Amino acid sequence: MTLDARIPSGPIEQAWDKARFDMKLVNPANKRKHTILVVGSGLAGASAAASLGELGYNVRCFCFQDSPRRAHSIAAQGGINAAKNYQNDGDSIFRLFYDTVKGGDFRAREANVYRLAENSLKIIDQCVAQGVPFAREYGGMLTNRSFGGAQVSRTFYARGQTGQQLLLGAYQALERQIHAGTVAMFPRTEMLDLIVVDGQARGIVTRNLVTGELDVHFGDAVLLATGGYGNVYYLSTNAKGSNATAIWRAHKRGALFANPCFTQIHPTCIPVSGDYQSKLTLMSESLRNDGRIWVPKEKGDKRPPNQIPEDGRDYYLERRYPSFGNLVPRDVASRNAKAVCDEGRGVGETGLGVYLDFSDAIARLGEHVIRERYGNLFDMYQRITDEDPYKVPMRIYPAIHYTMGGLWVDYQLQSTIPGLFVAGEANFSDHGANRLGASALMQGLSDGYFIIPYTVGNYIATHKFAKVDETHSEVRAAVSCVQQSTDKLLSINGKRTVDSFHRELGKIVWDECGMSRTAQGLEKAIGQVRALRENFWQNVNVPGSGDDLNQSLEKAGRVADFFELAELMCIDARERNESCGGHFREEYQTPDGEAQRDDEHYSYVAAWGYGGPDGKPILTKEPLEFHYVHPSQRSYK
Amino acid sequence: MKLTLKIWRQKGPNDKGKFVAYPVDNVNPEMSMLECLDVLNETLIERGEEPVAFEHDCREGICGSCGFMINGVAHGPERATTVCQLTMRHFKDGQELAIEPWRAAAFPMVKDLVVDRRSFDRIIEAGGYISVSTGNAPDGNTIPVGKEIADRAMDAAACIGCGACVAACPNASAALFTGAKISHLGILPQGKPEQDRRALSMVAQMNTEPFGSCTNIGECTGVCPKEIPLEVIAHMNRDFWQASWKERDDLVQTIAPVTSWSNGAKVKS
Repeated sequence: MTLDARIPSGPIEQAWDKARFDMKLVNPANKRKHTILVVGSGLAGASAAASLGELGYNVRCFCFQDSPRRAHSIAAQGGINAAKNYQNDGDSIFRLFYDTVKGGDFRAREANVYRLAENSLKIIDQCVAQGVPFAREYGGMLTNRSFGGAQVSRTFYARGQTGQQLLLGAYQALERQIHAGTVAMFPRTEMLDLIVVDGQARGIVTRNLVTGELDVHFGDAVLLATGGYGNVYYLSTNAKGSNATAIWRAHKRGALFANPCFTQIHPTCIPVSGDYQSKLTLMSESLRNDGRIWVPKEKGDKRPPNQIPEDGRDYYLERRYPSFGNLVPRDVASRNAKAVCDEGRGVGETGLGVYLDFSDAIARLGEHVIRERYGNLFDMYQRITDEDPYKVPMRIYPAIHYTMGGLWVDYQLQSTIPGLFVAGEANFSDHGANRLGASALMQGLSDGYFIIPYTVGNYIATHKFAKVDETHSEVRAAVSCVQQSTDKLLSINGKRTVDSFHRELGKIVWDECGMSRTAQGLEKAIGQVRALRENFWQNVNVPGSGDDLNQSLEKAGRVADFFELAELMCIDARERNESCGGHFREEYQTPDGEAQRDDEHYSYVAAWGYGGPDGKPILTKEPLEFHYVHPSQRSYK
Repeated sequence: MKLTLKIWRQKGPNDKGKFVAYPVDNVNPEMSMLECLDVLNETLIERGEEPVAFEHDCREGICGSCGFMINGVAHGPERATTVCQLTMRHFKDGQELAIEPWRAAAFPMVKDLVVDRRSFDRIIEAGGYISVSTGNAPDGNTIPVGKEIADRAMDAAACIGCGACVAACPNASAALFTGAKISHLGILPQGKPEQDRRALSMVAQMNTEPFGSCTNIGECTGVCPKEIPLEVIAHMNRDFWQASWKERDDLVQTIAPVTSWSNGAKVKS
């Protein structure tokens, strides 16, 4: 298979304008004759469904939660970037584009990233118009803050709740369309298979999570906006329900999966406190602007932190990286934390933690300044750990947070299945091998508001759609496949719970396909994952029936898909013999321990085709070319 | 720690339901309330019993999915804290906790601790938005919004739609929830063009649902995990009355409540 990204020719500054002019349009009177299915109602899904409904299409939107407003987009704390240059500090579309390509360690497609930077301006405008309560200066203008060590102040925020407020803007726009009758909403409904007829995505099979009923929905196009797959690690900052089922089933029906091993670890999360830990809580990256990171110099030093004198402390980031210090990028900070904990110098009961200490900042600036900057974050930390960060250092540890990998899409956000589009974190899109802070919110809304309405329209205007109904053999086959899988899970009646399998899977991938990877470790992991998967299908215990609300059954289906995805992640990581961004292969590092890219051999997107339940996945490479941002080695010393 | 959890079990809306007492040993004080339920559920599954169904997702106090009464208090004993953020260190060894779902006619039962909160979505559907389609927006700085206005709007916008306010209110009123959205959008200049219609529509929808009326008791703000201030109810009332004098409310259309979850599946499984 050859992959055609359909990138427009000519200068990158005009590429998106040119592409939109070249796209075909659907006559206003004809739009209502076309049904579009949108799976997922987070930032990307709700914004797309609302925008398509506003245009006049007939939209059906699905989410597994009880309401579209629960999507995990709401949890983002930090803010959303846009190249408005309101602060007059040198920002521009080109600079945001440049920072994002470089931040992605030169593994993203330039044209997609440029468009993202272009769209960022309109996103802010749309959100303000919807009533998103962004922070303001006294004079009434929007205010900005710095983020993630960037040299310009381009982050817009709504207190510590930017994700929630942006999602509510999109959710409210969606509700308006539901009221107008252009969007039919199906909450508590999970997509379990994709229906492909004559090579086109024409529908989905869903399960009603309250009644257990299976149903089919037909459309002329299908959009997946179902978020990331961080929960393959069991412990992550994702919501408990976040899963990869929709994209994985689409993958099994022919949609290639790109760069699955590009997963992002965030360095500042509250550490695990025990075996019952169900998820990890993020502490905003902005804390690293004032906190100093350290561990005891001596292994096994269990003294309370305030009793360890300065000469007993190792401020290891300041020691190793004199010029960036505590503000090194996420992947570097995370790897270093893991290294010191592996040496036995970690803090806290589990030994998996490092200190983020504000005592110097408090002494220098005063507690009231720190409170104003970080008050709500300190409260959140105290609520969970019962420790007061104004008096003792915070304990933090890295955690899985975001997945840059996802279904492969071209410049029009279409997957390798015609009519199947993918938006937001679910696609592999714009972040390359490492995502910058405050950019995930930006991408979801760019895709949903400003790209999908054009590209899905173009697809509809240029294709014919034969009638499809429940009697088609592909439809009956997909329904039957879902029914069999569901019945099987309920009939095994084994000895282990779903969660116990999920925890074990999570540990395997965290250990061998987490912060740092080796060929040997990945091979071992592949074997372990396969064995665990077989064990699961013989030994899992799913209580209850399929005819009512059954949360264990829901989890079982999602974990079953995670096994297969975990295997593909490890295969992808083993195949990519270089280190870049969040993918660190110990065999490929510089003499001082930094990631070493191999642009000559690995400057491509790894797009994998499903090889069957026990077969080998098939790799297709999309070569990447950089004409505007020249690849360079990243150094923070 | 050892605790006894008396949990409401109900198979479905037509089942009578009852409390069942579950002793839970080895409760680690660092656990959250929901992690304690996870541990109980693992034990129940291993014993061949059906686990307790409860709603949850983000587990960090922002999605609004989780929520139940603990000893009669919505989200339990700590202020400004959801059950997913509540740690077990707030309870004592040997304590008995009565755990039951939100009780309100407008939140019909689904199963165990899971209730149907679509009435909230219908209130938003009725008018909790600003009617601006994608692409219409002027530059973000065209409309100045003073800092105090922006901050007050943010205070009201912080609502996570969990329903604790309804559950705590002796009348099961949705005034705090509805007032929060009316305030958030009505305070901002962007929301002014529709301020009247929004207040009339959302209040009309709230009254169509079987919520009770607000009699200014104030339990709602006391249990709200985001500490939405009572002022939002005053704001809603003021917007509603001003709109009633000025606007014709014959233009207000309400949405009929739906209680069924079945969509009439086309396939036979």
